[in-house]
Amino acid sequence: MRMGDFKQTYAADEAVFRSGTVRFWLVVLLLALAAFPFMVGPYLLYMANLTGVAIIAAVGLNILTGAAGQISLGHAAFVGIGAYTSAILTTKLGLPFLVCLPLSGLSAAFFGIIVGAPSMRMKGLYLCIATLAAQVIFDFIFVHWTSVTGGIRGINVPSAELFGYKLDTEFKMYFVTIPIMIAAITAARNLFRTRVGRAFIAIRDRDISAELMGINLFQYKLYAFAASSFYAGVAGCLQVYLLRIVTPEHFPLHESIRYLAMIIVGGLGSVLGSIFGAIFMTMVPEALQSGLAMFQGMDDKLMSYLFPLQTVVFGLLIVAFLVFEPHGLAEMWRRVKNYFRLWPFEH
Amino acid sequence: MATQPILSVEGISLSFGGLKVLSEVSFQVNPGEIFAIIGPNGAGKTSILNCIGGFYRPSAGRIFFGGEDITRTSPDRRAARGLARTFQNIALFRGMTVLDNIKLGAHAHLRTGLLSALMYWGPAHREEMALRERVEHEVIDFLEIEPIRKQAVGSLAYGLQKRVELARALAMEPKVLLMDEPVAGMNAEETEDMARFVLDIKEERDVTIVLIEHDMNVIMDISDRVMVVNFGQKIAEGTPDEVQHHPEVIKAYLGEKKG
Ligand SMILES: Nc1ncnc2c1ncn2[C@@H]1O[C@H](COP(=O)(O)OP(=O)(O)OP(=O)(O)O)[C@@H](O)[C@H]1O
Ligand SMILES: [Mg+2]
Repeated sequence: MRMGDFKQTYAADEAVFRSGTVRFWLVVLLLALAAFPFMVGPYLLYMANLTGVAIIAAVGLNILTGAAGQISLGHAAFVGIGAYTSAILTTKLGLPFLVCLPLSGLSAAFFGIIVGAPSMRMKGLYLCIATLAAQVIFDFIFVHWTSVTGGIRGINVPSAELFGYKLDTEFKMYFVTIPIMIAAITAARNLFRTRVGRAFIAIRDRDISAELMGINLFQYKLYAFAASSFYAGVAGCLQVYLLRIVTPEHFPLHESIRYLAMIIVGGLGSVLGSIFGAIFMTMVPEALQSGLAMFQGMDDKLMSYLFPLQTVVFGLLIVAFLVFEPHGLAEMWRRVKNYFRLWPFEH
Repeated sequence: MATQPILSVEGISLSFGGLKVLSEVSFQVNPGEIFAIIGPNGAGKTSILNCIGGFYRPSAGRIFFGGEDITRTSPDRRAARGLARTFQNIALFRGMTVLDNIKLGAHAHLRTGLLSALMYWGPAHREEMALRERVEHEVIDFLEIEPIRKQAVGSLAYGLQKRVELARALAMEPKVLLMDEPVAGMNAEETEDMARFVLDIKEERDVTIVLIEHDMNVIMDISDRVMVVNFGQKIAEGTPDEVQHHPEVIKAYLGEKKG
């Protein structure tokens, strides 16, 4: 037991941010997030916004896959459903951003429940294949239902408007994306403090004893699908207003795999891990890209070897995490924190 | 006893493929008693508990709980009505702390839905706080597991894991507690603790207990009535003393063990 911060009451012990130190660093982090857009250029803001969207989607997938143990290969499709819902509602019906946002989440959740329904009968690999089928089917619909989705050319979307104020720059979008991201993270943390979050983990760990504990497996699996795809839909909506266009190319299978990679690298079942993973998987490709850019101008033959290297490095990272750090970056972070809690006193 | 039995099993049969595991087993458990089931390995004891809990569906026969037919009720609804269970091979949720495992037991008594869980406002918050208080006072204090409440269950010694499993079952506030070999694999001291807890649960909490056990000392000490099964059939039932001297039992079970 840690003696440093002995909890006086159960309520204090149940709080998410338990000690003053943690709360202090949280405030510092929030201030840094608020100051960030004033200190960097549009490219970094663009990256920050994309990362924010990825975090929302990854937190959602981690609820379904990390916590409830239902592997999904169709997460990108749900992001896509949210994106198309927003694009269609704004361009065809002229609905405002603040209305599109929840509707995108809800429509993705609706399809999430439909795709999750087979989970009553299927587990593990079989369910995984069912979600893969969903990915392929929605991809097909995005491409071929031209009258609604605009086919491969997609839909161009005007910039979002909030209370008559046009969100037409990365800078302005930042102040929408990041608060929504924070709300999404907070909600997920809340979830895991209640019976619903515990039931998800119980289903993952041992579905049979979960049922004997009074948990209705089917109901809770559907809850997990609904929550996870709601997050995806919200992420999709934000992505549309960031990119101002939606095309099927944004939601292919390897995007679904990228989301899975985020939560594996970050830490399965950990909200913090989803955040780390989403940042990592958005930043590393960028870093690799700019690393390669240094070789630009060298002879073309060399470039043709180096370019695929990116994918290889990516794959190696994922495998390395699975083998050496299966609890992901979140676990590494915990170790660093533990080290510094006692620092400078050795144990 | 003139009262109605709290649990009544009427002629249940069960088979897997060609293997007949249970044939027409019937027994009744009275409120407030400790009812033990004994029998050699593979006799079908765990299968009986699995039928009562709803994990196995008997091919024939009926099961009544509190006077109501639960033969077709799903396992989660049976749990919600007050049937709790501990397992022969510990079935804790290994990815969670002791505290979360215990809280999970209370699942059916809580109301928070998906939306209020995400918000964690008012009712959801109050419910979690009340749950923590209740679990601390009624379960953790009672079973003397305060020091380990924040540990991951996977890291605990075997005997402690069994105790945490009992804690989780108690958090369900059961009317009937089904225990599958609660002292198996425990040392003498742990066994004595467990036997004391089981007796305390019966006496202080008005819980009826159905218990499978191989440890004859424990059976003789704490159970009110004993049923003996062999090859999926009930061969005797009575007080521990009666059963111990029953010729069929000596032949089929005790005799086999000694010989
Ligand atoms: N799911 C199952 N599938 C096939 N056979 C089973 C299954 N469950 C139990 N059996 C068989 O039913 C018989 C009774 O098993 P059960 O587990 O009920 O015995 P038990 O009395 O609890 O034994 P033990 O004292 O070893 O725990 C055994 O022969 C077992 O192999
Ligand atoms: Mg058994």
